[in-house]
Amino acid sequence: MWTFFHKLASPPHFYDLAAKFIPWFAVLGFVFVAYGTVAGLFFAPADYQQGDAFRIIYVHVPAAYLSMMAYMIMAVSAGIGLVWRIKLSHAVAAAAAPLGAWFTFLALATGSIWGRPMWGTWWEWGDPRLTSELIMLFLYFGYMALRAAIDDPAKADKASAVLALVGAVNIPIIHFSVEWWSSLHQGATLIREGGPAIQTSMLYPLLAMIFGFTFLFGALLLGRVRTEVLFRERRSRWVYNLVLPDEGRG
Amino acid sequence: MNEMLAMGNYGAYVWSSFGLTLIVLVACVIQGINRHKSVFHDVKTRIRAMESES
Repeated sequence: MWTFFHKLASPPHFYDLAAKFIPWFAVLGFVFVAYGTVAGLFFAPADYQQGDAFRIIYVHVPAAYLSMMAYMIMAVSAGIGLVWRIKLSHAVAAAAAPLGAWFTFLALATGSIWGRPMWGTWWEWGDPRLTSELIMLFLYFGYMALRAAIDDPAKADKASAVLALVGAVNIPIIHFSVEWWSSLHQGATLIREGGPAIQTSMLYPLLAMIFGFTFLFGALLLGRVRTEVLFRERRSRWVYNLVLPDEGRG
Repeated sequence: MNEMLAMGNYGAYVWSSFGLTLIVLVACVIQGINRHKSVFHDVKTRIRAMESES
């Protein structure tokens, strides 16, 4: 077990293994998203309150869920890197940030587009769910700006890890905001007491979209971690052999 | 068909959400690939430069 983890955390081994997983994740993600999109747009019945506008849920919820998942991956990896000094985990944290920012942007944008016909407004300042999600976008930007501002990679890893960990208090705030405070935002559909509040013909496409987005995110993340590992290991023998395979001195 | 695409007069909202999602996902893929290529190229150039110095 431990030898497995040890091997996985070795940069050249990870670099090769990730390349093998990426196409599988991409294909699985594509299949799930294709089914979820078609079933969600054309086969799921219209919502009795929201009509066809509810279909925005099929892109909004996966984007919002992954925006938070990316943050947790970033914070946990950064924490592991800080405590156990595993180089790969800092690479994972650094790779998760830009993707997390993209998915947060997507959650905010699709939420805004959904809010316009349902709430009558694109944006509501002071709404706890909207504001805490926006704060997460700024945490991602802050994390990336901090990394970019520090030249010494080890120092950048440490400083940005602290920022990521402190900012993690925002995650439960986002999740519970709709329960703790009154919000325009509707309550949880899936993860709630009494099970999912949605009928199966609407639920299955949503679950497919969530799985599909997760696989696509996985493929994107693995790709970015590879780039990060390549750069960090640029002075190593294995990278030398990788970039100059025919001229190598072995 | 037109009725399906109209999404009960919410078409503009539904389609722009899905369209934006597609654009962001494609942008993520392209950005990732471009960054990997440029890092690979930089690392290679740097190693080549060091080789010729030594």
